[in-house]
Amino acid sequence: MALAVALVVVIITLLSGYFFWAHTWWFPIDISKHGGAIDRQFTLTLIITGIIFVLAQLALAYAVWRYRDRGDGRKARYSHGNNKLEATWTIAATVLFIGLTLMGYHIWAGIHFVGAAPGAMRVEVWGQQFAWYFRYPGPDGQFGPVHIGDKYDPATGKYIDDNKVDDATGNYLGLDRDHDAASKDDIVTATLAVPVNQQVELILRSKDVTHSFFVRELRLKQDLVPGMEIPIHFTATKTGRFEIACAELCGLGHYKMRAFFEVMTEPDYQKWLQNMAAAQ
Amino acid sequence: MAEMQAEIVHRHEAPKAFIWKYIFSLDHKVIGIQYYLLALFSVFVGLTLSILMRIHLVWPQASIPLLDKVSPLGAPGGVISPEYYLSLLTLHGTIMVFFVLTTAPQGGFGNYFLPLQIGAEDMAFPRLNMLSFWTTFAGLAVLMATFFIHDGPPIGGWTSYPPLSAVGGAAGPGMAVGETLWVVSIAIFCVASMLGAINFIATTLDLRARGLSLMKLPLTCWAWFLTAILGLLSFAVLLAAGVLLLLDRTGGTSFFIPGGLLVSDKPILHSGGSPLLWQHLFWFFGHPEVYIAILPGMGVTSHVLSTFARKPIFGYRAMVYAMSAIGVLGFCVWGHHMFVSGMSPYSAFAFSVLTMAIAIPSAIKTFNWIGTLLGAKIRFSTPMLFSIGFVSLFVTGGLSGIFLGQPPLDIYFHDTYFVLAHFHMIMGVASIFGIFTATYFWFPKMFGRMMNETLGKIHFWITFVGVYAIFMPMHYLGLEGNPRRYAEFIDNFLLPLMSVHRFISIAAFITGAAQLIFLFNLIWSLFKGKKATENPWEATTLEWTVPSPPPFDNFAGKHPVIYHGAYEFSVPGAEKDYIMQNSPEEVAADH
Ligand code: HEM
Ligand SMILES: [Cu+2]
Ligand SMILES: [Cu+2]
Repeated sequence: MALAVALVVVIITLLSGYFFWAHTWWFPIDISKHGGAIDRQFTLTLIITGIIFVLAQLALAYAVWRYRDRGDGRKARYSHGNNKLEATWTIAATVLFIGLTLMGYHIWAGIHFVGAAPGAMRVEVWGQQFAWYFRYPGPDGQFGPVHIGDKYDPATGKYIDDNKVDDATGNYLGLDRDHDAASKDDIVTATLAVPVNQQVELILRSKDVTHSFFVRELRLKQDLVPGMEIPIHFTATKTGRFEIACAELCGLGHYKMRAFFEVMTEPDYQKWLQNMAAAQ
Repeated sequence: MAEMQAEIVHRHEAPKAFIWKYIFSLDHKVIGIQYYLLALFSVFVGLTLSILMRIHLVWPQASIPLLDKVSPLGAPGGVISPEYYLSLLTLHGTIMVFFVLTTAPQGGFGNYFLPLQIGAEDMAFPRLNMLSFWTTFAGLAVLMATFFIHDGPPIGGWTSYPPLSAVGGAAGPGMAVGETLWVVSIAIFCVASMLGAINFIATTLDLRARGLSLMKLPLTCWAWFLTAILGLLSFAVLLAAGVLLLLDRTGGTSFFIPGGLLVSDKPILHSGGSPLLWQHLFWFFGHPEVYIAILPGMGVTSHVLSTFARKPIFGYRAMVYAMSAIGVLGFCVWGHHMFVSGMSPYSAFAFSVLTMAIAIPSAIKTFNWIGTLLGAKIRFSTPMLFSIGFVSLFVTGGLSGIFLGQPPLDIYFHDTYFVLAHFHMIMGVASIFGIFTATYFWFPKMFGRMMNETLGKIHFWITFVGVYAIFMPMHYLGLEGNPRRYAEFIDNFLLPLMSVHRFISIAAFITGAAQLIFLFNLIWSLFKGKKATENPWEATTLEWTVPSPPPFDNFAGKHPVIYHGAYEFSVPGAEKDYIMQNSPEEVAADH
């Protein structure tokens, strides 16, 4: 029995580790400026936890096998522990775990503590059950106001009908192009396209419930919370077509809430934007 | 067997009528068994739901017999619809977390064995004890009712984030009546857990036998005690959150609902609320909750490892301090569930450091378990196998937490199968292994018969290998970015992963079926098992000084006196290789 337990633990450990080692399943390519650092931090964490994983499981397997009751009348060692050992592994665990997270600090800071550069291109990302819309501000660089749902009027305590959303005419975001000057040139699309090697700031917003914007290759995930405008920025470094998945449970169609994310060369991007503007 | 060191005071007789003896019993042992049966029913429901989910994920068109009888709307012709998948998901998670992992380890075994291990006749407040069980039962009944309403159980997941959970039927099937029942059920459960927690705290503090200082308590008792404190503080917060959500849903308030929402083309007449407020409140409960689920498992694992290693637990004090540290820090890390939620990124950094801090006591516990085995003389009975399995799973599940606790890595892994793997390993399966350990270990005391060892071992082998086969590959899916809570996989990048999903499903079917062996063993042993002696495992704690099963008043009116710590095994010079806690025998190196 002892040998069987030990062997099974060893086999499980080696097999589990093997697939990490062999990269049988792995991250997709990284197409972002910040992603390389994330991948390196992952690898570092994998090495450290991997060593602990293998050592701990093998120690368990060894102890189980080595210290089985052999029926030889030997007594177990009478010991209540060892304070030096306790202190050693406490300190080791502290240094390793806290150290790891501190080492990743600059990556998080780079993504979140510094805002987008002033010249960054801005796109609004809108989530709704179960579709994505993207809004480009147009030549004026301004997003016009949206008219979604009803507005609460604190003066009267009543809700005023302010809903201009009309899927039939393609007015998904309730823009009032006739009255709001800033809305006139706004471009609303169903695909997110950005130029390569240019910083982009996304402003994440939701019409109904919480969603989450996830592009694997960008190493980027951020929730869209109703009532909030959440900024997030990135620079894509490779052209190509990728998938946007929703990563926060948003209702019955959560699994099919998807869209495409295209990184284009600057000329291609300009052409695409013109086509989209013409189609509004 | 050592004589009880106390004079007879007065004996208490059990009530005779069936209803007072078995239904509305005040006896902690009967209530413990009631909790256990409730959890047993729940775990098989939860398991069935997970099997249905795994079927749907790999064979979305499969027709399941009888399912359309349960839900004509969610599973027309027996074929699970994507929205019904989410109903199954919500109830699977809710049942497993609340009605299995929060009931069996604490309400079940804690109830039965805390008084026995501390030498008390019953819990401090027997009536409160009965009330907390029946309140839990009411909570479960309300939750199960969601299966039978028109549009089925809610689809909001066990975390029930608003606005999805707050705006009613517009949000999807099950989000009208079903979601209201969900909130009510959870609120009832919160009340029940708090009543139970008060009882555990009072019992541990007030009813310990003479000589049983806190540092002589079995680690199981420490775990139940700390779990109760966590439960009291965290369920209070969830209860408050649940009441607010209920008010948002039915009272027109806007705690969690901001203005200007349009759900299914329907303007939502609310304004000024914050969806993130719910997440803060929920996870302020939710993180301590995972420790509520696992601490009793840690306690029983420590207890059983020491007993079957025939060796004192390594670092008893370190174990107590580590569990206490986990208890305190458990309230300081809820934000690690919210790194990408839109919460301030500065607080994310603080939560990350605190999360790593809580990994330290967890690591200490693991080292101490392995330390306990060094130099041991291990007996491989089924409870021991499951506690060895617990240690292995705890290591595996704990280490993936080191990834998720780092915000830059959580950006990628959040809400993917990596998280699913992590919490199933450490909270789900490890805790379930704790429950199995406790069942095989204490069954003889509870029912006076041994469980069948051969069946127990078969059950262990299939389950241990099975859970690794199910949950290890989920890490790989997480690396590929596979989002969780997807009813079907239609994204291009998910299609190549279907073979992994098929492997997982098949492993789940086998592992699920193996649980019937356990069920069979349980029932068979109840009637046909070998008669158990008073102390079949040669353990040291007080429950093994009374007959199996114990009499109604536990110690027959006597008051045990404690002389030793709980883990005096293989003491040099001692007559046997274990010394009972109440044995007056002198021990040279006693602590
Ligand atoms: C054979 C054992 C089990 C299997 C096959 C299984 C399978 C699953 C599956 C397929 C999901 C849904 C994944 C998704 O679509 O995101 C899930 C979710 C979940 N499971 Fe399990 N599970 C098992 C045992 C457990 C146990 C013992 C627990 C106890 C904690 C548990 C707790 C949960 C929770 C909390 C969720 C999340 C529900 C949600 O997203 O709202 N499971 N499980
Ligand atoms: Cu979604
Ligand atoms: Cu947590």
